[in-house]
Amino acid sequence: MSRRVLGLFLVAPSLAVILFLFILPLCLSAVGAFRVDQAWGLGNFWKAFDLYTKDILFSAVIVGLSTVLIGVASVAIGGYLTLGTHPVAVAILRWLYRWPMFIPFIVVGQILRAFLAKNGMMNNVAVSLGLMTPLDATSFLDWRGIVIAFVWKQTPFVALLVAGAMASVNREGIEAAVNLGASRLRILFEIVLPQVTTTLAVGLILSFVTMMSVLSVPLMINAQSPTMLTADIAFRVNSYGDYGVANALGLISLVLAASVAWIYLRISLKEQA
Amino acid sequence: MSSTLRSSLSTLWWVPRGLIFGLMAFFIFGPLFNLLLWTVAEKWYFPHTLPLQYGFSAWERVFAPRGGALDSLRNSLVVAVLTVAVSLALAVPAGYALARLKLPFRSLILLAFLIPQAFPNLTVYVNVARIFYEIRLNGTIPGVVLVHVSHGLVYAVWIATAAFSAIDVELEQAARSMGAGALRAFFDVSLPLAAPGLMASAIFVFLESLDEFTGSYFVGAPDVNMLPLLLYTAGSGGNYQTASITALLLLVPSLFFMLIVERFLKADVLSRVGR
Repeated sequence: MSRRVLGLFLVAPSLAVILFLFILPLCLSAVGAFRVDQAWGLGNFWKAFDLYTKDILFSAVIVGLSTVLIGVASVAIGGYLTLGTHPVAVAILRWLYRWPMFIPFIVVGQILRAFLAKNGMMNNVAVSLGLMTPLDATSFLDWRGIVIAFVWKQTPFVALLVAGAMASVNREGIEAAVNLGASRLRILFEIVLPQVTTTLAVGLILSFVTMMSVLSVPLMINAQSPTMLTADIAFRVNSYGDYGVANALGLISLVLAASVAWIYLRISLKEQA
Repeated sequence: MSSTLRSSLSTLWWVPRGLIFGLMAFFIFGPLFNLLLWTVAEKWYFPHTLPLQYGFSAWERVFAPRGGALDSLRNSLVVAVLTVAVSLALAVPAGYALARLKLPFRSLILLAFLIPQAFPNLTVYVNVARIFYEIRLNGTIPGVVLVHVSHGLVYAVWIATAAFSAIDVELEQAARSMGAGALRAFFDVSLPLAAPGLMASAIFVFLESLDEFTGSYFVGAPDVNMLPLLLYTAGSGGNYQTASITALLLLVPSLFFMLIVERFLKADVLSRVGR
């Protein structure tokens, strides 16, 4: 047996799992979105837009805002880890920022629900520090809660990628800029950041897609309208057995995720040209 | 600038640093501490900052034979262990082939394993549940294991590939030239050398499976109850004690693995992941 055939033979079972358990259902979902009562049509999409336009916009805005905040936070963390001058402060940050990385989304939903509630620990601490009165306390369990949960959970992952990429940036350029008297903020934005944009973009796109498909966080933090598309999809299937509209909503979130990747590809192609 | 002024200035820098690190620590550890308080709170209501009464009665209720936690814990562990076994059985040959043998479309094959992470997967699970329903796999442990395998395979295959390519080819060639067959060289040389990397990939797959909610929700529930589902049901029923105890059960392995995974995932393997 040639090495090539042997290799394909060894890889085939794993590829079959991906093919039958992911790609096939993905295609079924795309096809199912266009099936209305045994016939082809756009009925599911009209119904989806009719009922859930607000939630489509809501999902796009929430996930977009979270992505921007995650990007800013992870550049700040990575930048400090790379350019920070005080070794103790850098060590503290390196120890501190990673904790939420492996905590599952469902647990994040639960602990932030208890933390951000009207009588949760965040408001309680603010009240006991005298920052506000108990009457001013408001619940954060709406769109803000979802954004906080996403940023809380995804920032360590992107920051880890970005910090890793920043650590492999050539130190000589940075040191030359330091010797010429450039501020560290300027070094971060003009020397370090341009060299890690690819890593940052990959991390942010993966986070965007992950957030688009998280069901537990919107269910736990805010399942009332307006809510995320994932909660709507689960509702259509569980309450009505309405796979058509659920598939249409799934295709819409796929298009949202794909458009982000497409924008990124366009920008990076333009830069290379 | 005199040296005393400089040193007092550098001490002064700890004020903004302390403020920012303090805020970060509050937002990272505050929710976790709050969770710990809920697991031992007997009575806690508005407007009290701290629980009024502490105790372990919620633990007793959760771990009572009819509390459901033991059942979910057992299901979760069985599914996670089976998922690791199936994923590694698939990923070890695939990783070896991708690392050592000349494969056509190698980078495309590697990319294919990323697909389950790169597409919003909710509707996929909805449709998997439909297919499984027809072939009677819905609501069974093998059904849930298959869904978790498809999701965790990217870690298993990518890390296994990196682990095998980090091994010096000459070691295998030396074994072969001393008369060992291909299988013997693989089992006596390559596999033991790749073991730490394979251990790391097993840890990732185990965690993915333990924490997976969406797939278990559509394919497993309500017949196969798992910890994330118990957490969700308890949480949406407003039972914060049970929800917090379940969350803690899921949290401890995640944090523990975060602390030890660097021991298994050495830089020589890590730098090859995805290549």
